Amino acid sequence: MLGNIGLGFALLVIVSPAALFFLWMLSLSIKFEVDNASYPPVFIPEHFNWGNYAAVFGSNRFTTYFANSLIVTGAATAFALLVGVPAGYGLARMRAHKAAVVVLIARITPGLSYLIPLFLLFQWLGLLGTLWPQIIIHLVVTVPIVIWIMIGYFETTPMELEESALIDGATRWQVFRYVALPIARPGIAVAFILAVIFSWNNFVFGIVLAGRETRTLPVAVYNMISFDQLSWGPLAAAALIVTLPVLLLTVFAQRQIVAGLTAGAVKGG
Amino acid sequence: MSGIAASEQTPARSGTAAPDIGGWQPPSYWPFVVPALIVVLAVIIFPWAYTIWMSLHEWKVGSPPTFVGLANYIRLPSDTRFVESVWHTLVYTLLSVALPLLLGTLAAVVFHTKFPMRGFLRGLFILPMMATPVAIALVWTMMFHPQLGILNYLLSLIGLPPQLWVFHPATVIPSLVLVETWQWTPLVMLIVLGGLAAIPAEPYESALIDGATRWQVFRYISLPLIMPFLFIAAMIRMIDAVKSFDIIFAITQGGPGTASETINLYLYSVAFVYYDVGYASAIVVVFFALIVALAGALLRLRQTTHWNDAGGVA
Repeated sequence: MLGNIGLGFALLVIVSPAALFFLWMLSLSIKFEVDNASYPPVFIPEHFNWGNYAAVFGSNRFTTYFANSLIVTGAATAFALLVGVPAGYGLARMRAHKAAVVVLIARITPGLSYLIPLFLLFQWLGLLGTLWPQIIIHLVVTVPIVIWIMIGYFETTPMELEESALIDGATRWQVFRYVALPIARPGIAVAFILAVIFSWNNFVFGIVLAGRETRTLPVAVYNMISFDQLSWGPLAAAALIVTLPVLLLTVFAQRQIVAGLTAGAVKGG
Repeated sequence: MSGIAASEQTPARSGTAAPDIGGWQPPSYWPFVVPALIVVLAVIIFPWAYTIWMSLHEWKVGSPPTFVGLANYIRLPSDTRFVESVWHTLVYTLLSVALPLLLGTLAAVVFHTKFPMRGFLRGLFILPMMATPVAIALVWTMMFHPQLGILNYLLSLIGLPPQLWVFHPATVIPSLVLVETWQWTPLVMLIVLGGLAAIPAEPYESALIDGATRWQVFRYISLPLIMPFLFIAAMIRMIDAVKSFDIIFAITQGGPGTASETINLYLYSVAFVYYDVGYASAIVVVFFALIVALAGALLRLRQTTHWNDAGGVA
């Protein structure tokens, strides 16, 4: 019994920094400025101010930024799956483990390092001002994740079925399309979810490459910060809106995320 | 690197293809890899090659590049702002590896037991590392506020004086490490939890029969067995902490002054505020070398401690 109380207490200590943080974020986002600026702090306000959310959605650019985020993350993830899933398959079947070194280099290299040469390239190509630079540079994030996870996944799927299909006269492509791919669906789901999250969260590429019209949500939120005026309510509401899709995905796809992160982590070392 | 893999593959392929069994030839897997290879060449290999080329040139955006050899690299040690940023990075990294490693291991031990709502609580626990860093940074900035921030209020509840947190040079790095630790302890927990799950039950059972205490069981059975996982966690944490950008940029932008300016933050200024891309490229190369060196040091630590009592490291 004492053990149970101890465990409960330990869990409370462990989980509360995360839980209280997000509750505080929620609290900030639904309070009027007078409550946000009061000391001692107001935790649950007498009057809720949903207007903070309305203000965020009401600003005409927010929908543009939301669409930008959707397009950049969507395109970068879709393209990464398109090239990364077959690549993971090929590399796993060829046992070309040394090719994974490139993925490792990509993992170690700071994101900023890609930005300098690619920024100059995009400038030269005249692509700045469109969403293309961001879509392309987000591939730096999404492609290695997909390849990495798919190599690991295809290495665990059985070869026997594929071999017998090959002997029966199927082409490599048919084997991949009709035998390997259907079995790999759970692995693809993991790769998809992680690629979406890390692309959605990315900030550093956007602050350099995005113009006024091409900002993604994290950049847009950063640009809302102005410390002169204390408008925490709308800021917190915007921050919560930006991260809410990811939080929901984490809660509902926790199993895949944990599997992907620990598999990637274990292999990453 | 793919080239190496390719040359290794060719003999194996021709070797199996040589005996013609009923006209069946094992086709190549290369078509599967080529599209990704092109992408990797374009967005990873090309930037790297270009960076090395740029680092040998004096080049500010808007004016033509001139070849200067290693001058950009020679400039680095006498650039006090760069040298300071290296120190900031090392301090920041050391703390951001050690604290999540310690707390994450403790959390993993707790999560390794069975209890109701375990899945839900684990999901809650990993939210900080999945949440959008900029959004998180924004709320932390509000929490750090010296007058209205919740952190100083919490300190006052336990009788501690208010702090300036990220607004004072002496406390800015520890404050940022607090955020980093809050954010990334879950990843260490997940990796260590995976390690704990892989331990067979037998050693525990015999230890408990022999009357070992829980601490002894952890110290002499669990800890040595999860050592490889702790090293992996330390490695990943190191790589991520060295590169940390979003949190620092969004909360302090390297300030106050340059008190929290890490290499990555300085790199940003050189490249995209001063547009000195030649010098910035040299910083990139040195920065990457530093990360590889730190990774190598960690690997060495792992090899040397392998022989000793593994528990001595943590």
